[in-house]
Amino acid sequence: MPYDFEQIVERIDQQKFWTFPGGVHPDGRKHLSNQTAINPLPLPKQLVIPVKQHIGTAGVCLVSVGDKVLKGQTLTSSPTPFSVPVHAPTSGLVSAIEERTTAHPSGLPELCVVIEADGNDTWTELKPVADYQQQTKSSLINAICEAGIAGMGGAGFPTHIKSTARKKVEFLIINGVECEPYITADDRLMREFAWQIRKGIDILSHLIEPKVVIIAIEDNKPEAFKAMQQVCNDTPSIRVVQIPTKYPAGGEKQLIQVLTGREVPRTGLPADIGVMMFNVGTCYAIADAILHGKPLIQRVVTVTGEAVQKPQNMWALIGTPIEHLLSQAQYQLKKQKAPAVIMGGPMMGFTLPSVEVPVVKTTNCLLVPAKQELNLNQRELACIRCSACADACPVSLLPQQMYWHSKAMELDKAEEYNLFDCIECGACAYVCPSEIPLVHYYRKAKAQIRIQRDDKDKAEKSKQRFEARKARLEKEKQEREAKHKKAAAARKQASQPGTGEEGGAKDKVAAALARAKAKKAEQAQATESPASASPQPDDNKAKVAAAIARAKAKKAQQAEAPAADPQGSVEDERKAKVAAAVARAKAKKAAQQTNQDESAHARDAAPAEDERKAKVAAAVARAKAKKASQSGQPTETTAQADDDSDNREAQRKAKIAAAVAKAKAKKQAQADEQAESEPQATEHAQVEPTEEDSPEAQRKAKIAAAVTKAKAKKQAQAAEQAESEPQATEHASAQSAEEDSPEAQRKAKIAAAVAKAKAKKQAQAAEQAESKPQATEHAPAQPAQEEDSAEAQRKAKIAAAVARAKAKKAQREAQHSGSEDNE
Amino acid sequence: MKLVLSSSPHQHVRRRTDQVMRLVIYAMVPGVIAQLYFFGWGVLVQMLIALITAVVSESAIVALRKRQIGQALQDYSAVVTALLLAVSLPPLLPWWMTVIGTFFAIAVVKQLYGGLGFNLFNPAMAAYVMLLISFPAAMSSWLPPGELAAHAVTFGDVVSVIFTEFSYSGYDINQLRAGIDGVTMATPLDYVKTQISQGYTYSEAINHQQFTDSLWSSASLGWSAVALAYALGGLVLIQQRIISWHIPVSLIAGVAVTATFLSMINGDVYGSALFHCVNGAVLFGAFFIATDPVSASTTPRGRLIYGAAIGFWTVIIRTFGGYPDAIAFSVVIMNMAVPLIDYYTQPKVYGQQRPVKQTQGEP
Repeated sequence: MPYDFEQIVERIDQQKFWTFPGGVHPDGRKHLSNQTAINPLPLPKQLVIPVKQHIGTAGVCLVSVGDKVLKGQTLTSSPTPFSVPVHAPTSGLVSAIEERTTAHPSGLPELCVVIEADGNDTWTELKPVADYQQQTKSSLINAICEAGIAGMGGAGFPTHIKSTARKKVEFLIINGVECEPYITADDRLMREFAWQIRKGIDILSHLIEPKVVIIAIEDNKPEAFKAMQQVCNDTPSIRVVQIPTKYPAGGEKQLIQVLTGREVPRTGLPADIGVMMFNVGTCYAIADAILHGKPLIQRVVTVTGEAVQKPQNMWALIGTPIEHLLSQAQYQLKKQKAPAVIMGGPMMGFTLPSVEVPVVKTTNCLLVPAKQELNLNQRELACIRCSACADACPVSLLPQQMYWHSKAMELDKAEEYNLFDCIECGACAYVCPSEIPLVHYYRKAKAQIRIQRDDKDKAEKSKQRFEARKARLEKEKQEREAKHKKAAAARKQASQPGTGEEGGAKDKVAAALARAKAKKAEQAQATESPASASPQPDDNKAKVAAAIARAKAKKAQQAEAPAADPQGSVEDERKAKVAAAVARAKAKKAAQQTNQDESAHARDAAPAEDERKAKVAAAVARAKAKKASQSGQPTETTAQADDDSDNREAQRKAKIAAAVAKAKAKKQAQADEQAESEPQATEHAQVEPTEEDSPEAQRKAKIAAAVTKAKAKKQAQAAEQAESEPQATEHASAQSAEEDSPEAQRKAKIAAAVAKAKAKKQAQAAEQAESKPQATEHAPAQPAQEEDSAEAQRKAKIAAAVARAKAKKAQREAQHSGSEDNE
Repeated sequence: MKLVLSSSPHQHVRRRTDQVMRLVIYAMVPGVIAQLYFFGWGVLVQMLIALITAVVSESAIVALRKRQIGQALQDYSAVVTALLLAVSLPPLLPWWMTVIGTFFAIAVVKQLYGGLGFNLFNPAMAAYVMLLISFPAAMSSWLPPGELAAHAVTFGDVVSVIFTEFSYSGYDINQLRAGIDGVTMATPLDYVKTQISQGYTYSEAINHQQFTDSLWSSASLGWSAVALAYALGGLVLIQQRIISWHIPVSLIAGVAVTATFLSMINGDVYGSALFHCVNGAVLFGAFFIATDPVSASTTPRGRLIYGAAIGFWTVIIRTFGGYPDAIAFSVVIMNMAVPLIDYYTQPKVYGQQRPVKQTQGEP
């Protein structure tokens, strides 16, 4: 039935409405309480204000025990948009902040602020919004939120969230239907405060800008209808309509259907079909908040039922124990044999566990039935499938089927019969001749389904975690093996050019020295690898360090050799070739790593990143190779000179290397690789500061990063063996990091910080090692540096320092492990 | 002070299951009176036998199942089952057959399936089918309407025949069934069926001297009057919202449409819609049997399908099957289809379909 806006408005103007299927006509009994004006309630001695009175998340308590509070003072803050604050309903002393039984069907205790009234009722400073039409919408919405307004029809949905909807609204519906029997709070409010409700509607219209406003009132409230009509007859865009009395016409979905013929989609909101709905009580509260600056601290409560002598409506402060209201209505609890107090109406209300529970923002009625008035002790008989319930259901469900499956705990079947579309209006149970508490069965089934879903989610998540871990471990194992192979190949390659090229006698000596060291290192490596399975982290660390050192030693030696013999052009060539070989190896490795990364990180959101990384790595390798050949061909002087001439080249290289390192670090953090090893963490640490430092320092740092990168790669080979241990401990954090990215980033930062600290320690260790000077190595490096530019010097110093430290360490380690070997 | 806790809603409409059942019993009164008037005291005796059997067997089974006997009997469902079965039986059926039938209905069809609300089949009809298959001769021994009977049957005779198979005067059931003309009386359905099978046309059969002139002749009147009396009670049930109109209307429509269709094909062989509707158990079944909530379909569309299908099968079995009447068979057949019908006729739930697309870009 396609009805557009004009057709609907036309129908409404003709007082023609749609209807919803089913529905029931329970005895309204509204005359009990709607005969007298809303009475003020004397101030209670103590007020109990639950921190959470709406749908959403609870606020954070701002007061503490012993604080003096003023009327209207904010008691909680809203940490999320989905929460509204609560306010002190009167001035007094905060005597306790504790869990109390509140108005909830479960009767479970909730956090409450208990205020002892001082009797003065002193207001805090009020801040009304002057001339709201000139204010921005967001400031008005903020004011509504600050006033703690949540939907007062019953559900308690935060009003500011509802009114922030961005969708275009055709119909702003003001719900004055109040279809539940007995309740007359909205009825009396409309009769007595129509003008303020009108003002609230104006504010909402200003916020939402609907095409038309419809105030809907059931035709059993003619006085309220007249009152609203009177205050709205000056504005043609507001239509006050009387709709036929039928329960549950006041349900949001049902009222929308009655007025517009539209149905809110199952998973959607009224805004999706151009409708927004507010309760009249909410309108009143909005007007109070904007025009007077008063937060929501009181509401109209109907106290009714045949068991109270003076049924009436009252202005009750939020937090007033219902005992106080009942005594005001002259109810003697002890006179009843089986007393019951229902909060809400007889159809959807719930029985209270005690009379000490406080009035909350959604409390519209307290119903105290006499013995024969309502039927609280139901004698449940067998379902005869008469389907009276299906005929009464306003949502066209088949309650008998849902009941059948819910009772048999066939929850999937119950869901198939659209259990979750049930609005729990109670019409089915109302008509049930077997007095089956159908709604109760549905609530139970729904809760059980929710629990099952949660369990399933949990199981699914842990399964995913387990599989991810397994895949990662497998990947790491493969990586380790690949790296071992590469490392072995690289070692071989590194040692060959030295022997291949024939230079002076010194060359031979140097080469022999290098070979001897390499051999030693290899021996150490050989002894180490079986020991690497050793689970003690200290051992591992030592070995990692040793391996790193050895690798460095080789490099250092190669670097030192030309320094020792400044005229050795052949030496230079050899060095260049070595460098080229190293560069090639690195490039290969980088490419391989990238490949592995690519294949392993299938869920990485950016494959482009991988590609880029690979390209950068390739570029780095190319640059390195180029540089190596450049430095090799001219029979010039030393590596320092080379560096000097290729300063920019070197810088670029360093930058790229830094970029690579950064990219890698980021990626690792994302893909929880961050836990892999200390060396890599070191890399993070050295890369990250570069982003913050001054340009000069940045350059320096970049160079350092480049060095680190090379180092890290070498280290990685050795460190892999040590990895397995720290990894295990780091799993947990890495895995949870996987679950949400901000968290992961934060964790990565923490890891980086830790790594930084470790790096510092290492640096200190290196310095200590440096303090034991080795003249042969130290001396040649110095003069060369003096000749060079400051930049090159700095760079060289760093490289040299690192190299020295490593070399020393390596030597010591090599000797040590050699002696170990001997033993 | 402890407050009473209960689940919403707290307000209830004041009509309980036992009241529903009692109202069904009251609605049977016109039909039972018509039966008594036309066919003698037999139906009353059968009702008593069935009632006692039902209460006893219900109590026994409930006790065996360790449930509360009082609660089970209070819902009056056993009473309704017994009465529905009793009025369906030939009035002079031997007492033990009634006992077996009632016991079968209560113990097997209802309680063995889990009691009230759990039975797949309509207990009265399942028991009727069981008796009809087991004792075909006795189950088709209907008496002629009183004024056509050759022998006057007193209350004493009835009791005597039911319990001893012979009346005080020494007549057995077949002698009592003789009409004024000495020929054994059959029900109109039975008679027409037999005649057609012997080569007579439908109009010849219906106009046979035994029924004098027309459908509304005195012979047919008895049967039709009983059917219409039950229909009257059924209308009261609809008015009282005990049953919905869906099943009775669709069942009668199903009978009428199928019969009309057949008679249009060959009016000589197939009975008219009116003949099918007012004879046999169609009206009784439409209002009292097929509307048994437990074993019937519960969705609005499902009820229409369920009723129409019963009507269809009734005419088909009457015309082509071996038995003159077929309401019981049809109901039992369709009982089996109820879960399927219910599943595929679920109403559209609020908001389930995409709502009408809004007109955009209005001025």
